[in-house]
Amino acid sequence: MFKHLLSMDQLSADDITRVLDTAESLRQVTDRPIKKLPTLRGRTVCNLFYEASTRTRISFELAAKRLSADVINFSADSKSSVAKGESFKDTAWTLEAMGVDAIVVRHGSSGAPLQLSRWVKASVLNAGDGWHEHPTQALLDIFSIREHFKDLSGLNVAIAGDVLHSRVARSNVKGLVTMGANVVLVGPPTLIPIQARSWGAEISYDLDSVIEDVDVCYLLRVQKERATEQLFPSNREYAANWGLDSRRVAKMKPDALVMHPGPMNRGVEISADVSELPRSIVLDQVSNGLAIRMSLLYLMLGGAEEGDVS
Amino acid sequence: MAQPGRKGDDFAVKARVMESDDIRRALTRIAHEIVEANKGTDDLVIVGIRTRGAPLADRIAADIASFEGVDLPSGALDVSLYRDDVGLRGPRNLEATTVPADLDGRVVVLVDDVLFTGRTIRAAFEAILDLGRPKAIKLAVLVDRGHRELPIRADHVGKNLPTSSGEDVRVHLTEIDGEDAVLIGRKDGGVG
Amino acid sequence: MSGSQQARSTSTPFALGGMSGYLLKGGRVVDPSSGVDAVGDLLIADRVIAEIGDSIDPGSIEVIDVSGLVVAPGLVDMHTHVREPGREDEETIASAARAAAAGGYTAICTMPNTDPVADTASVVEKVWALGREAGLVQVVPAGALSKGLVGESMADIGEMARSVARVRLFTDDGKGVQSALFARRAMEYLIAFDGIYAEHCEDESLALGGQMHEGERSIALGMRGIPAEAEELMAARDVALSRLTGCRLHLLHISTAGTVELVRRAKSEGVPVTCEATPHHFTLTDEALEGYDPNAKVNPPLRSEDHRDAVIAGLADGTIDAIATDHAPHAIEEKDIEFQYAPPGLVGLETSLALTLTELFHKGHLSLSDAIERLSCAPARILGLPDHGTLAVGGPANVVVFDPDASWEVDPHLFHSLSRNTPFGGRKVTGRVVHTFFNGNPTTRDSELVGVSV
Repeated sequence: MFKHLLSMDQLSADDITRVLDTAESLRQVTDRPIKKLPTLRGRTVCNLFYEASTRTRISFELAAKRLSADVINFSADSKSSVAKGESFKDTAWTLEAMGVDAIVVRHGSSGAPLQLSRWVKASVLNAGDGWHEHPTQALLDIFSIREHFKDLSGLNVAIAGDVLHSRVARSNVKGLVTMGANVVLVGPPTLIPIQARSWGAEISYDLDSVIEDVDVCYLLRVQKERATEQLFPSNREYAANWGLDSRRVAKMKPDALVMHPGPMNRGVEISADVSELPRSIVLDQVSNGLAIRMSLLYLMLGGAEEGDVS
Repeated sequence: MAQPGRKGDDFAVKARVMESDDIRRALTRIAHEIVEANKGTDDLVIVGIRTRGAPLADRIAADIASFEGVDLPSGALDVSLYRDDVGLRGPRNLEATTVPADLDGRVVVLVDDVLFTGRTIRAAFEAILDLGRPKAIKLAVLVDRGHRELPIRADHVGKNLPTSSGEDVRVHLTEIDGEDAVLIGRKDGGVG
Repeated sequence: MSGSQQARSTSTPFALGGMSGYLLKGGRVVDPSSGVDAVGDLLIADRVIAEIGDSIDPGSIEVIDVSGLVVAPGLVDMHTHVREPGREDEETIASAARAAAAGGYTAICTMPNTDPVADTASVVEKVWALGREAGLVQVVPAGALSKGLVGESMADIGEMARSVARVRLFTDDGKGVQSALFARRAMEYLIAFDGIYAEHCEDESLALGGQMHEGERSIALGMRGIPAEAEELMAARDVALSRLTGCRLHLLHISTAGTVELVRRAKSEGVPVTCEATPHHFTLTDEALEGYDPNAKVNPPLRSEDHRDAVIAGLADGTIDAIATDHAPHAIEEKDIEFQYAPPGLVGLETSLALTLTELFHKGHLSLSDAIERLSCAPARILGLPDHGTLAVGGPANVVVFDPDASWEVDPHLFHSLSRNTPFGGRKVTGRVVHTFFNGNPTTRDSELVGVSV
């Protein structure tokens, strides 16, 4: 289907649908007593994480294990690894020599998965690179939205928060636009690059003016230190203008969803009571992540050795 | 994306070896054999292997219902994730596995359209055993074309069809293909 | 003689018999410093340009057939980073000199961001002496403006200017001087030594660790951007301070439409400002970053198409005086890493002439004469190098001969530089150095480095 997953740019609507359909079948398996499948017996998946991310790594690790692949975890702080002299490329070649079939890579430097894919024969899955992309997050988010609305075309999705520094936002906008959703990016102008219009998204600086029309309100994590970088005056002011609180939830359509990639900064982008509302599918996002990652491993490693068959 | 797995373009039809009535009679006979061998319908579960085993299982279950007056639990099994050729061919599009919840202590009759190398059946065994611990697993196929690669034998066979390894057998079913027929043909370079 | 303008046929007082030299026969002699552009012969005798004319009798001197080729003043690079002292594995002065000679250069101005920094007379004298030793080009050291390039206390400007290296161009290149007060003081002080204040224009508070040009592509690629305004604000400040102080100002590697326009206006108002642009800024755009190739990471960053086009227009109308390489060697292990951690910079000495001819001359933006003016005459004039940038008869023979129509493919493995960091590997270019003469001696013959010491 595809050798590497580096960016949502590479996926058509049909590709996304296939990943989601496969995930749906695989989720069935995870509901039964014996959750393991023999599909990827003998294959080796390496989680190469240059940034700490327990939840994404665990999700990939479990996905690979459910499919009977062997899993190696390799974690390093990218800066200290550079200082110690073991370069990214040397690490890649070491993994290659060990015969890994797939490398799941999380890296603070945008583009690192693309660079890696040029150095190794293994499949490369981008598990988040810098501010660039986090395609598996977008796929699981789209999967979660599709569960509720069946069809994404014509849905109004607001993505609110720190778009500028967010790989989740980039991947989601691309995927959602590909699936026909109307995306509006909401937040203070310091966090919403106007160039994002070229991705096919609208831009708004006023959450209250869009909240009534949205089918999905997707909140991005706003790191608390952003306030100290002069991107907005204070977390309190951010929450007042762009945070989702019960008052804004009350204005939403009754069947609208609240989503968040986690981890949440309660009291900034989301107030404590909101994420426990029944219309919040934050926990569905987590369990759907497992199915999506199993689906990708199956579709990418279950293919013929030389990659494209279909 | 094209649906992988079905070698549609490299199949040249040489002959039609079963027509709709032949298939109906064979399935009816198999339905009777299953009940007879089981000495009744107790504990029977009919499970078709996707893709074309599934409608066959439904038809056999319906036949049994018509002459025994019992609605047997039936289901469909997707064995893609259990195949031993994952990685040799493209990833198959997965379909739902719908098997009655509890297989423990039951007699599972696996149904497939064509028995060839036996590898699909091996995958089905493993899939079934992950779902429960049946008392026995039986195998019913519409066509047995020989060329086994594993020590597997069908309990109920609609038609034994000797073939050469350069030939291919296709089963068409109304539910999927719009007609009932068994075709034999030459495969032009496709991997069996 | 043929051509629109007659080359001067100057008789020489020297007798030719028994003298060393070369007769470059039948080439198109182009010397923008004197307005010559005509087919003819150029005689190098006793290391000087002895005669330019029609059908010069070679006597016993070796004749080199240069018909179909261009004979021009040797190129002068205003902006070369050598890594000696400090990182001799990446580039020594000798290796930079070889790369320069192969690239058609007869003089290079070395930037002071070595280790130790060239902020004292002893360092610039050492660089100058190593350049003499290497022999292939004239090595002209630039000095730092501030001690250690930190922009706080003034480097030993006067001592460097009065040293044997006779430093004329002062810069903290690699970064800009962030303090307006320091910039003003440095400019004022430089006047006493006829120095040039040269700026790497970048406001660090705006650039804020940026990786590439800020625009649609940086947003899409998820990289921190460096806005054009980070360059333009400092350029505007420096122009204002140059107007205030009267100090000569040279803006290094300008890359934005705003800076080009600023310089255009400043020049028309009589501000003593000059500037340069690099081949990579007029050849490439930030599109080159789409594959996250660390070899395309450079500072100032490759800009978007509108900025690139403005740079080309600035070169065409003379707003931009010089083409300079910003030759910045880096070891493979420094570049073959994650984009974010890779240092900026690329090597340029061996591709600059070809890129200028390919992108500016052959595409009709610059005449051949203007291309040579930007690559040789203007930099020599700005740096105050009377022996370069001219084919004046009687002066030292610093000459490049190139084939403007020869096509070749850039192969970094063939570089004479010790470093290979270029985004141009595999690129097809048109225009190739055939011979280079430094002080009358061939340093490159038939596109092969001769390696003659003077």
